Amino acid sequence: MPAREETHVNEQEVLFNRTGIMINPEMSAALIDGAKKSPPSTEGDGAEMAAERADYSDEGLPIGSNPVVVGEAISADQEPSADADRTSVLLDKLGERLAFERQGTRLYESFIQKLEAMPLSDENAPSVENLRHICDEELEHFKLLQQTIVELGGDATVQTPSADVAGVLSHGVLQIVSDPRTTVAQSLQAALTAELADNDGWQMLQELAEQLGHADLAEQCAKAYEEEQEHLEVVRTCLSNMTLSEAVGEDGLIDAEAADEEEDQRTTKKRSERSAAKKSSESKKKKKKK
Amino acid sequence: MIVSLDLMKEKGVALDKQIFNWRDIVRTPTSKLNDDAFTRVRIILMNGIESEALRFQHACARMNKDLQLALARVRRIEQHQQTMVNWLLPADLSPLETTIGFEQVAIEVTASVAQHEPDPYLAQVYRFGLLEDFDHMYRFSALMDRVMGADANNILQSYTDILPGRPTSVEHRAPEDDLRECYDRTQAAPISKLNAGTIMAGEHQTHDYYMTIGPMFADPIARQLYAEIASIEEQHVTQYESIIDPEESWMEKWLMHEATEIYNYYSCLTYETNPRVKAIWERFLDYELGHLHFVLETCRKIENRDPAEFLPESLPEPIEYRSHREFVRKTLSEEVDLRARGTQFIHKDEEESDSPSQLYRSQLNSNGSPSETVAAGYRWKPGTELAEETADIKELQKRVA
Repeated sequence: MPAREETHVNEQEVLFNRTGIMINPEMSAALIDGAKKSPPSTEGDGAEMAAERADYSDEGLPIGSNPVVVGEAISADQEPSADADRTSVLLDKLGERLAFERQGTRLYESFIQKLEAMPLSDENAPSVENLRHICDEELEHFKLLQQTIVELGGDATVQTPSADVAGVLSHGVLQIVSDPRTTVAQSLQAALTAELADNDGWQMLQELAEQLGHADLAEQCAKAYEEEQEHLEVVRTCLSNMTLSEAVGEDGLIDAEAADEEEDQRTTKKRSERSAAKKSSESKKKKKKK
Repeated sequence: MIVSLDLMKEKGVALDKQIFNWRDIVRTPTSKLNDDAFTRVRIILMNGIESEALRFQHACARMNKDLQLALARVRRIEQHQQTMVNWLLPADLSPLETTIGFEQVAIEVTASVAQHEPDPYLAQVYRFGLLEDFDHMYRFSALMDRVMGADANNILQSYTDILPGRPTSVEHRAPEDDLRECYDRTQAAPISKLNAGTIMAGEHQTHDYYMTIGPMFADPIARQLYAEIASIEEQHVTQYESIIDPEESWMEKWLMHEATEIYNYYSCLTYETNPRVKAIWERFLDYELGHLHFVLETCRKIENRDPAEFLPESLPEPIEYRSHREFVRKTLSEEVDLRARGTQFIHKDEEESDSPSQLYRSQLNSNGSPSETVAAGYRWKPGTELAEETADIKELQKRVA
């Protein structure tokens, strides 16, 4: 039996990004030339797609229905809501936040496991303690929402339409973080998407609670929103610093931080100057009137 | 009221009247949130039934030149039926949620079949497979909870339990322990043949689905779990196809396939609660009756004999689309410790430590078991493991206390 030929794989070849058009110039030139010389199969543009999509939208079939009150509302500060629709909307958005916080807990558990498995020397990376703190608060938020829904007479196990939509949206986030091939920075990028949505979600929920007269709930949302803002700041700062550090090195990062500080000082100075100018102008106007 | 269908009298719709266009085929899908779980179960099963129709008709065409045109004509229609049915699943039903739906099909449909199967050995085969799919449900639910932070019961709608079955890690068997005795084509009751065709179709579809979506998961735990359970589903296909008499001729098998499709559309029509979907079951029941009569005519022309002998005069009771919780729990308590030796079932204590299946299992599990890893300590709770037991849940539990 003839000896099998050994194949040598060049590691540089294996780790080479091949997706760009400049990678294979001759083939790419032929590709572009062929596409330019060949007419489309039919005339027109993408407008027909819009018409086809509109046909389906016209059917008006929704993703699903909002949840309804199933039990007795027992919340102390709640005025009996005569408008079941408004409660239904509130339950839908509470369900969305609940699903998000629950998924967020699992997301950060996965992130923590990744961080523990790949200890980094990068000081800009989040610590396990940072992520654990965020994870614990996500879980607290979830439990708070569970309790709130039940007190409003809702079923906290319902997958509401907004929760469903949020689930579809955040599918990619989970995929990125749970992929062992993604870096801590890439996972932070995914977490950033989640935290931005979470921040807006809590802010909107707070406003909704206020509008519907649920003062206690609005207060709880405000607290949760504050905590989510901290999460966002941690994730954003770590991602930003890790990215800069990778691009410009640690010295560059220090220079960048110094430049940021200088810019902050200039901004503060300008603000003070504008404020002083405004006061002076107002004072002159008052003297004129007299 | 269930009205029995006379296969020879009901002609259905002629082939040349079975027409489609793309807008007709691709309809607004069902709602994951609003539609009854059994509507989803029926859609998934019928996709599997149609998929099997295509699979069989392709295999038949490879071996029967004189039937190729007839097969191609019917198969083209089955293709578009399959598309219309399968596309009723919505885009917000994630692959893992769809998986939960697949296992619910396997559990509830197999449970119905097992209870209506007159042959005691075949009924045992179905119960054996049932407890394994039941365990798959438990493992996938654990994955959904611990990795996705989602509750599988949102899909199951409380119809189906989420409990350990026969542990997936012990379901791995050597090939010789997956083959079963087949029914005798000359003696078997029509329902036995319909049952076998139905469950085989369901399992084959499930295997193919897990093989397709397994690599779509980024999480290595998910990838491993799908690899493991897809392997068992392949075993189940081996098991269920082996209970079908291989002495049936190609034409006989084709006719039984059409009869199985008719039986299943008829069952779906009997139980369907969504009017849009019910209309599709009704339309396709008529189409399949049309196929059957086309095939009967083809058989008469080509084989010069009356194929009506292969068919039941009327259809048996439809598959029951309802929760089979009590039957499944009873089966679980009595048969979870069964294993297989050749075509027979034995207690796990009778399985020798150096048996082909034990050796095979040990090798596969030699670096750990994904199904054990994902579900270690897992007990389903409403709202997932992370949830607190709220007052309304405590109240609910008093109902069965």
